[in-house]
Amino acid sequence: MTAVLAESDGVSRSFGANLAVDRVSLSMTSGEILGLVGANGAGKTTLIRLLLGLERPDAGNVRLFDQPPTRATRSRIGYMPQTLGLYDDLTVAENLSFSAGVFGVDPPRLDDDLARVADTTIKAIPLGLRRRVAFLAALAHRPELLVLDEPTSGVGPLGRADLWETIHESADDGSGVLVTTHHMDEAEQCDRLVFITAGRLVASGTAGEIVASHATVEATPADPPAALESLERAGMSVLPAGRHLRVPGASLANVRAVLGAVPPLSEQPSTLEEAFMILARAS
Amino acid sequence: MSFGMDRATIELGGRRALDEVDLEVTTGEITAVIGADGAGKSTVARIMAGLLGPDSGTIRRPHPDSIGYQPEAGGTWADLTVMENLSFVASAHGIGPGSGRLKELLAVTGLETAGERLAGALSGGMRQKLAVAMAMLPRPEMTVLDEPTTGLDPVSRGELWGLLARVAGEGTAVLVTSSYLNEAERASHVVVLDEGHVLAAGTAESIRASFPGELGVTGAPPTEGVPSWRRGNTWRVWAPEGGLPSGARATAPDLGDVVIAAALARREP
Repeated sequence: MTAVLAESDGVSRSFGANLAVDRVSLSMTSGEILGLVGANGAGKTTLIRLLLGLERPDAGNVRLFDQPPTRATRSRIGYMPQTLGLYDDLTVAENLSFSAGVFGVDPPRLDDDLARVADTTIKAIPLGLRRRVAFLAALAHRPELLVLDEPTSGVGPLGRADLWETIHESADDGSGVLVTTHHMDEAEQCDRLVFITAGRLVASGTAGEIVASHATVEATPADPPAALESLERAGMSVLPAGRHLRVPGASLANVRAVLGAVPPLSEQPSTLEEAFMILARAS
Repeated sequence: MSFGMDRATIELGGRRALDEVDLEVTTGEITAVIGADGAGKSTVARIMAGLLGPDSGTIRRPHPDSIGYQPEAGGTWADLTVMENLSFVASAHGIGPGSGRLKELLAVTGLETAGERLAGALSGGMRQKLAVAMAMLPRPEMTVLDEPTTGLDPVSRGELWGLLARVAGEGTAVLVTSSYLNEAERASHVVVLDEGHVLAAGTAESIRASFPGELGVTGAPPTEGVPSWRRGNTWRVWAPEGGLPSGARATAPDLGDVVIAAALARREP
């Protein structure tokens, strides 16, 4: 059965004159991987701190495990920071034993790859394995809610695939997973995405749903630098795409008006990144 | 004009950092080198910038005076203003403070109104734009930018790619490294590195088309032994020789799929 793990209802938080989080309502359930995406300074970190009870809202309500957040609810959360939070000079086994000890539980069992490096110091193993150790450390006390900050950043293709396999398995076992990321391939792994800009929630849905409501015009001009300059002068955001130019959120007519009748144009589905650019620009 | 490397190999710290890497960087175009930490991206950048020589292989690069280089996470001084940063590098290139080039670059990078701000007080995106401007000062024939988009949010990354296109349009060959695979779509040429090896190379389109065999999607875990990887709530299953398992629906591979398949193929020949 799915349960609501964390929920915010019209939550706002200011720091001085800066409204960091502006009336955000969202909820996440067990078994769900929720991706939180937004520009730097958009309010993602403040929102997470509010959800976890590390910050008190100025307005609105937060409920964590169906109660107001307390110190006790924190023990039901696992957190993997981008910096991993491991001790470089301790071995893999020592790190896991330490983090399990903090929660008074047994250290987690190591899979074959990690068992081979159990007695190696963290600083001597590759980043992909280090991230897996950090993930195990965050999971050791069987948290119901996992918070992961760019969990596979910097990891090679296979290490990344392995890590996502493990993250999906935790969600399949009933944990809720909250992922903050700037990587579009990580965002695409999430069941649902929430996009925050200037403290406000501006889009929510699956990657497919978010992409489906936005379009990008692709142009193939003979002189891409000149075309790019004209489009930017007309106030449009332009992205290079090989020998094409992509104009997220523009209409065919507007691009045609700038580039004239000659260059081939087509309207195409936006990529996830382009959809976020359109949403950020609109707000 | 075209610059690049042919079968470049180098050992660093007892480890093969690059293994027979080929690369083309063409005037007016952007070549992206994409990979994880330790894949060899910065080694490629440093070789092309003339800071390292390979153990074997051929390097084709312009005269050192005609290379613009922005090192990873660097290239600007936090305690100098935007204008002071630019003027300092300009003086090293013998470009006077009155030169129109500085103003021109401030305009290209959209930093006109930030000239008096300290570089350390700029947002990550603006600071990277300043670093690009500094690399572009001497109108280099080739500009090498090492991870200019790392840590930037998607919106700033998009803006920076717009800037790179303008830079390429000035008639320089641009080499950029990145850890974001989706940025491969933006470049004219792409080289994907993994542990010093080229996993895939070409245009984003040709790389997608190079996927060997067939790729399928299933909603349930595939049977043991079938090469597979997760994608959200579904599994990708790969049949290198063709012939997908029953229940798998054929799908078009994206760059992520090609790179995982290539990495699997390299590990398990």
